Amino acid sequence: MPGGERRSGKDRIIFVTKEDHETPSSAELVADDPNDPYEDHGLILPNGDINWNCPCLGGMASGPCGEQFKSAFSCFHYSKEEIKGSDCVDQFRAMQECMQKYPDLYPQEDDDEDEDEEDNQSKDLETSPSIGKEKDGSS
Amino acid sequence: MATSSYAWRHNKTLYTSLALGVFAVANAFYAFVILKRARQRDVDRAERHARMERQMNANSHSASQTEAVPRPEVPSHAPFLLIGGGTAAFAAARSIRARDPGARVLIVSEDPELPYMRPPLSKELWFSEDADVTETLRFKQWNGKERSVYFQPPSFYISPRDLLFVENGGVAVLSGRKVIHMDVRDNTVKLDNGLQISYDKCLIATGGSPRNIPVIERGGQEVEKRLTLFRKIEDFRSLEKISREVKSVTIIGGGFLGSELACALGRRAQSRGLEVIQMFPENGNMGRVLPEYLSNWTTNKVRQEGVNVMPNAVVKSVSVVGNRLLIQLKDGRKVETDHIVAAVGLEPNVDLAKSAGLEVDSDFGGFRVNAELQARSNIWVAGDAACFYDIKLGRRRVEHHDHAVVSGRLAGENMTGAAKPYWHQSMFWSDLGPDVGYEAIGLVDSSLPTVGVFAKGTAKDTPKSATEESGTGIRSESETEMEASELKVSAASLSTLQAPQQGEDYGKGVIFYLRDKVVVGIVLWNIFNRMPIARKIIKDGEEHADLNEVAKLFNIHEE
Repeated sequence: MPGGERRSGKDRIIFVTKEDHETPSSAELVADDPNDPYEDHGLILPNGDINWNCPCLGGMASGPCGEQFKSAFSCFHYSKEEIKGSDCVDQFRAMQECMQKYPDLYPQEDDDEDEDEEDNQSKDLETSPSIGKEKDGSS
Repeated sequence: MATSSYAWRHNKTLYTSLALGVFAVANAFYAFVILKRARQRDVDRAERHARMERQMNANSHSASQTEAVPRPEVPSHAPFLLIGGGTAAFAAARSIRARDPGARVLIVSEDPELPYMRPPLSKELWFSEDADVTETLRFKQWNGKERSVYFQPPSFYISPRDLLFVENGGVAVLSGRKVIHMDVRDNTVKLDNGLQISYDKCLIATGGSPRNIPVIERGGQEVEKRLTLFRKIEDFRSLEKISREVKSVTIIGGGFLGSELACALGRRAQSRGLEVIQMFPENGNMGRVLPEYLSNWTTNKVRQEGVNVMPNAVVKSVSVVGNRLLIQLKDGRKVETDHIVAAVGLEPNVDLAKSAGLEVDSDFGGFRVNAELQARSNIWVAGDAACFYDIKLGRRRVEHHDHAVVSGRLAGENMTGAAKPYWHQSMFWSDLGPDVGYEAIGLVDSSLPTVGVFAKGTAKDTPKSATEESGTGIRSESETEMEASELKVSAASLSTLQAPQQGEDYGKGVIFYLRDKVVVGIVLWNIFNRMPIARKIIKDGEEHADLNEVAKLFNIHEE
């Protein structure tokens, strides 16, 4: 019996101590279908394709340099070179050149702010406790 | 600002590290960073160059075009036409562009502003320490960094004039324009200036307009001058200004917007001597969402934020007496105030239903769409205006930011051929002062039976609980204010509260909402980072014999 229970009309209220909840839960959850076609699977789909709509890309794929980003990123992803991506320098350069045209979208950060990478692009829809974060957890 | 538990701070830390992790694993940064370093010293020159280049491009484009075919201000065709410029439309634009290389997206928006997010307008912006916040519209995020309410700066967008011409397409916003007619057979719309635009795929994301209440409307122009219906950036700006000029503001409505604004203004009540009254017909704040005991508890917390909360208040009339407003309630109570904010819900904007021949849902309002958010062959609806079929929970219409993001995103996917149903449940969140922060998912309707499992309060959890439960501080304060403004408010309204029983405090826990014994909604009360578990339980849709066992999955005693 938990720490305390009472009713308030149709509403049940249970108070539990830490000890009450220390034993493992006996609740059963349905096993997830790893190939659920409707579920978001993060950056790489089960079939190996890149999920360009993954919130984890923070809008990189849809911004003004989306084309260049996609071309560079997929070149890298599918690269079979010994040094992965070494055949993609042109694509990455094109991406960089595009990004330079949008300094306020792709800030040219100082060395000590490296973590701010593609911040402006990534922050917009993700500001709220909303989209995507737990999808990545399950991917 | 107090140690308020903004859910997302925690969530976002997790999210960001994951996102960066994914990137790092893919190792793309490697080339990225090296290339970056190589021209670090040329940054200034590059920026100047880029700016010049863009200007030249723009000039030469328009120049060459004017010679050949004049490029109209508004394109006569948009491959992707998004009606409405809010969060749902922006999320759809993102999604379309991510999936369709070079997609050309035109957003037609009545709002003069570029797409922006609304939650900060009733949340963070009010707590900004920047005196120019109404101009900057910047706020501190979960990670301490500042950002703007605008999703993207102007340079993100291309001009509607260039939509059909720029390489790789882009997103253009035609702002300050309204679509007034829709011809589904011809795939065309007509704007309020008479122009026609044809489309291949169209999204209706017209959102909603704030409702007013008839008794206020009957008050006439003088009352209307002292009324705010809160929805847009301009409403934030105007209410912020008013709150610095008047002595008393009354918020009508006990839901999310009303309660958040009450708490935001309540902060000013404490620092500037502004009187803040919140009145609503329900017994407590968030009375249509939270079970009654929790709603009452929350009301107590809102009062501690400096708000004079008047539950069970039904407005009978509003009039101007002298230079002030007089609100008369059905039960005879009278309230004098200087300004009213009516936060009594949203009316979905469905004007286009008639010309387009689209169905409006008679129960929920909004355009009726299927599980894929589709209304007709080339037409989808997302956000507040969509009454959609949720395979798990049935027909719904949802007015929350995250739903705009999730449904806009889904519509964008389906407009580019994904054929996906509404599957990923949206959530919402709210914070009311330092002690109340919650996230919720699914159907959270206080008319449903609920099971709440709370961590038994210890002295450590609730250092202030003793003073809070007595509520004396705030109560005497409110009474003093009432006297000062000669309010004829019965003190009895303050005693309708049911305090939790001795030793019980709804500090943190999880509340399950049941329909036919199945959990259809979950509120995470002052516990954070648990949304994936909640989402999973809703998705399963299984009947659980003992919800206390399910509650264990949420580790409610953990931080």
